[in-house]
Amino acid sequence: MKRSIALSVNGVSHSVEVEPRALLAQVLRDDLNLTGTHIGCDTSQCGACTIHLNGRATKSCTVLAVQAEGAEITTIEGLAKNGALHPLQNAFWEKHGLQCGFCTPGMIMSAADLLASNGSPSDEQIRHAIEGNLCRCTGYQNIVAAIKSAASA
Amino acid sequence: MIPASFDYVRAKSLRDALNAIGTDGTKVLAGGHSLIPMMRFRLAQPGRLLDIGQLAELKGIDLKGRGARIGAGTSYRELLDSPELAERYPLIAEATRGIGDVQVRNRGTIGGGLAHADPASDMPAVMLALGATFNLRSKGGKRSVAAADFFTGAFTTALASDELLIDIALPAPPKKAGMAYASFEQKASGYAIAAAAAVVTKSRKTITGVTLALTGVGDRAYLADASGAVGSHGDDAALEAAVANVTKGIDVNGDIHASVEYRSHLARVVARRAIALALSRAG
Repeated sequence: MKRSIALSVNGVSHSVEVEPRALLAQVLRDDLNLTGTHIGCDTSQCGACTIHLNGRATKSCTVLAVQAEGAEITTIEGLAKNGALHPLQNAFWEKHGLQCGFCTPGMIMSAADLLASNGSPSDEQIRHAIEGNLCRCTGYQNIVAAIKSAASA
Repeated sequence: MIPASFDYVRAKSLRDALNAIGTDGTKVLAGGHSLIPMMRFRLAQPGRLLDIGQLAELKGIDLKGRGARIGAGTSYRELLDSPELAERYPLIAEATRGIGDVQVRNRGTIGGGLAHADPASDMPAVMLALGATFNLRSKGGKRSVAAADFFTGAFTTALASDELLIDIALPAPPKKAGMAYASFEQKASGYAIAAAAAVVTKSRKTITGVTLALTGVGDRAYLADASGAVGSHGDDAALEAAVANVTKGIDVNGDIHASVEYRSHLARVVARRAIALALSRAG
């Protein structure tokens, strides 16, 4: 049975009607039209759906929307401020950290979680931090380079 | 895939949770990173989820005294964010770094993982090696269960349907003990095909104590006998002999990732590696 919940996404409060079984990723995409959060697998592995829940990188396909009530949610759409891209978004562009772009929102959200607690990560720390994000086309070299570049931006 | 329909109840306090638990078809939801994937595959179809994920009473790490008390709702991330915990029990930090990925560690909780009791999960072996005690509570009372008595089978524990895991009590580690976690993982999932947690003490060059726990090998994590290493200097031959029987009496899993023979071999390999590494850190 559907219930009404309040979700705070990118600083805006939304009231949505959801079934308890609705996954946060679906509600973000289908109810709130925030389609930057991608769904790439059915197994909690690919990380394309990564968002921030109270500042921590989280796979939104593995969280029920009802669990997220009361939390602060940030999606890829919430990173750019006043029309200016986030340093990570710029760095992915500059360093060719994407080709098809499907994994990019999740990669950037995971990287943002890393950079929030570690301002100058090593290559190894970057690779460990994006272990939960799969890229199937760009390859990880430029993604790591982009995150490293954003850290020093 | 989307889980089958269920009813959802969010506990507002521990008392609230203990009142709501135990009714037919109710499953407890903490971080959800074991349960929700199973529900999406419809391997689990609980009629009702009791969400304890927001309960502050279940979170936190208390390091007063020489042991530790870890709230069941403490996330893996929070475990890793405690340098004091890592200093006292480096085994916990070493194993936790390899659990899932960042996103999983941000949400997954130590108590949730232990209560889920996946036969290949890492933390049960760590708890066995450290001699943990699990404190359980129900509406009617409380009791404590040693880690060695808690895991009763695949995805099965000593928890009664109306009981909640509240916290984990760890005794002070043996003085100057070395600890190590060695895992041979299935690459795609990261789950252990076989993994070992070891706590080793020594006097001068001689091993004086070994506690060894294995996971991924049988239907549950278990304490294995490696006492044959005591009295030796931990050279290859001595450790080889000491781990020869670590799967004795265990119904070793065979699956597409590892046959019974191969997994038994890996159990000995990770046991030897964990003891050797722990020994190198003892002193």
